Amino acid sequence: MTSDPRRLLPSADPVSLIDPQGRSADSPSYAVPDDATLLRALGSLITARRLNDQAYALVRQGRLAVYPSSHGQEACQVAAAQVLAADDWLFPTYRDTVAAVGKGVDPVEALSLLKGDWHCGYDPYEHRVAPHATPLATQLPHAVGVAHAARMRGEPTVVMAMCGDGGTSEGDFHEALNFAAVFRAPVVFFVQNNEYAISVPLARQSAAPSLAHKGIGYGIAGERVDGNDMAALLAVLGAAVARARAGEGPQLIEAHTYRMQAHTNADDATRYRDDAEVAAWVRRDPITRLETHLRDRGLLTDEVHARFTAEAERVATHLRDGLNQDVTPDPDDLFAYVYASPTPQLREQAALVADELSREGAH
Amino acid sequence: MTVLASPVPKTEVRTLSMAQALNQALRDAMAADPAVVLFGEDVGALGGVFRITDGLTAEFGEARCFDTPLAESGIVGMAVGMAMNGMRPVVEMQFDAFAYPAFEQIVSHVAKMRNRTRGRVALPMVIRVPYAGGIGGVEHHCDSSEAYYAHTPGLHVVAPATPADAYALLREAISAPDPVVFLEPKKLYWSKQEVQLPVREPGIGTAVVRREGTDATLIAYGPSVPVALEAAEIAAREGRSLQVVDLRSIVPFDDETVCAAVRSTGRAVVVAEAAGFASVSSEIVARVTERCFTALAAPIRRVTGFDIPYPPPKLEHFQLPGVDRVLDAVDDLQWEQ
Repeated sequence: MTSDPRRLLPSADPVSLIDPQGRSADSPSYAVPDDATLLRALGSLITARRLNDQAYALVRQGRLAVYPSSHGQEACQVAAAQVLAADDWLFPTYRDTVAAVGKGVDPVEALSLLKGDWHCGYDPYEHRVAPHATPLATQLPHAVGVAHAARMRGEPTVVMAMCGDGGTSEGDFHEALNFAAVFRAPVVFFVQNNEYAISVPLARQSAAPSLAHKGIGYGIAGERVDGNDMAALLAVLGAAVARARAGEGPQLIEAHTYRMQAHTNADDATRYRDDAEVAAWVRRDPITRLETHLRDRGLLTDEVHARFTAEAERVATHLRDGLNQDVTPDPDDLFAYVYASPTPQLREQAALVADELSREGAH
Repeated sequence: MTVLASPVPKTEVRTLSMAQALNQALRDAMAADPAVVLFGEDVGALGGVFRITDGLTAEFGEARCFDTPLAESGIVGMAVGMAMNGMRPVVEMQFDAFAYPAFEQIVSHVAKMRNRTRGRVALPMVIRVPYAGGIGGVEHHCDSSEAYYAHTPGLHVVAPATPADAYALLREAISAPDPVVFLEPKKLYWSKQEVQLPVREPGIGTAVVRREGTDATLIAYGPSVPVALEAAEIAAREGRSLQVVDLRSIVPFDDETVCAAVRSTGRAVVVAEAAGFASVSSEIVARVTERCFTALAAPIRRVTGFDIPYPPPKLEHFQLPGVDRVLDAVDDLQWEQ
């Protein structure tokens, strides 16, 4: 075991490199990413916010059944994807659509689940993004398996396994961390602590000093980071990915952030939190923070900002156009993918549906 | 599914217990395909509590056959990830009733991954479950849990009744493109048979007639097949000719073989250890009745476990469908008509 377990404990306060006013903050352990990386991240953040708000609007227009928005958590979403290499895997939850898009998934395909055409609308192997996990934390053991298989073959793959504060209460969170530690699987467990699991506040999920403190029980180093600080997220997650890739085993990162909107459009957040709390977090918005920082340092011009906004608008238009297309799902698909080849019983049932359709057509 | 073409050029005849046949199947599968990995609780140095993985860590190394932390959801969940990423995991649930922590992984992910990804992500994996009673096991060691799995679309569910089938079905399960829940009847682990290797048996999804007969059909699977065969032997001495069908595979279900058998006799009894209510046995009765109603001379009878939690060892003989109950059920098939 480890000689000094204290090295597994997170810092007392979340790592921060840019404060809410956009000023540089000193960290003894992490350096601010280079200017180009920060600028690129701002562009991604602006697109991420636009995607969230476009998807939210598409629910109201009836094009999506529901959308669990990561509005307010975009820095976490962008960073999770930006620190990964093309051959690394991302395991998103239902709230991590923006991270999946950041890893390369087409936003229209990413939202197939919520549009209702099919469950997973993209090829998980194309960009190495697992299907959105709706049951909490169940994807985390899968992430360990993917990482372990890669390690057995000597591949340098790292797996980013995402979950929320509520997910850390699930048994699969515990089992995944324990397995990953025992097998030294190259997994970065990335917990977005957004304060609420639907309506239930963090205090009802955990009495731990922080969620990052949970790592020490498994022999995993935990780290806390300001989840609305793009620079800190890139630094902390980037270092965690590098350590995992170097063979140092799994890492646990807790980002402290805030779900600025309701759980989904179907939720009423006024029943469990007040406007003042939300307003305080709006002042810590990850996008204005990075924007202020870059402008103050003379790195962001109006021209570059306009380019970012135009790109965000292009992506939103692509999403809107894609989701406004009416796709008629094929009823044959109901039976086509249950097994590699359908059982005799499924062939009978598919024939029944085909017969119903042919009789409808005859009317 | 296709019958596996074994790459192991053995043509010997050996007397094998079911446990040895399963061990040989795992060994041959690992030798044939480096993607096959085994893991679970106590499957390494110990060779499993039933010794099914005996010697495999020594032969193939710890990377290929290894112990995990004691957490069934983690075991199955990790297998999902490994299967997603090019491996063919074969995991052991130590006992039937210890598999329940993995239920969510099995139902929500193992069974659904191919479907939810439109066939893009397949999960070629096997979940081995030592199952059912008859070994004097204490509480939580003797559940007949097949109905839970059979009710879940996306899984194949297999239960061998002979050493030869144990070998053949496990080899096929490991090479199959879809997840298989492989139910190993614990009380048959030590049953022996002369086995010709490599085994050539019908594939998963095919039932077989184990004994020909003309008066009535006994339908059984896994641990109940030897009970049915013994009942048929006794009935023959009493002048009644009973046919015995061994399902081998619960999912896919072989309607064709089962229905042809029942039509040939006009009478049937289903024998199964699991509690009868909402069970595989009730599904069999429903399916056969729907398809063979006009060929039936009597309602199909069932001999199953009672609808009670599995009893303690000193009472389990009341729960297990025995030969006498089977013969009584046969007697009730309206012979006087």
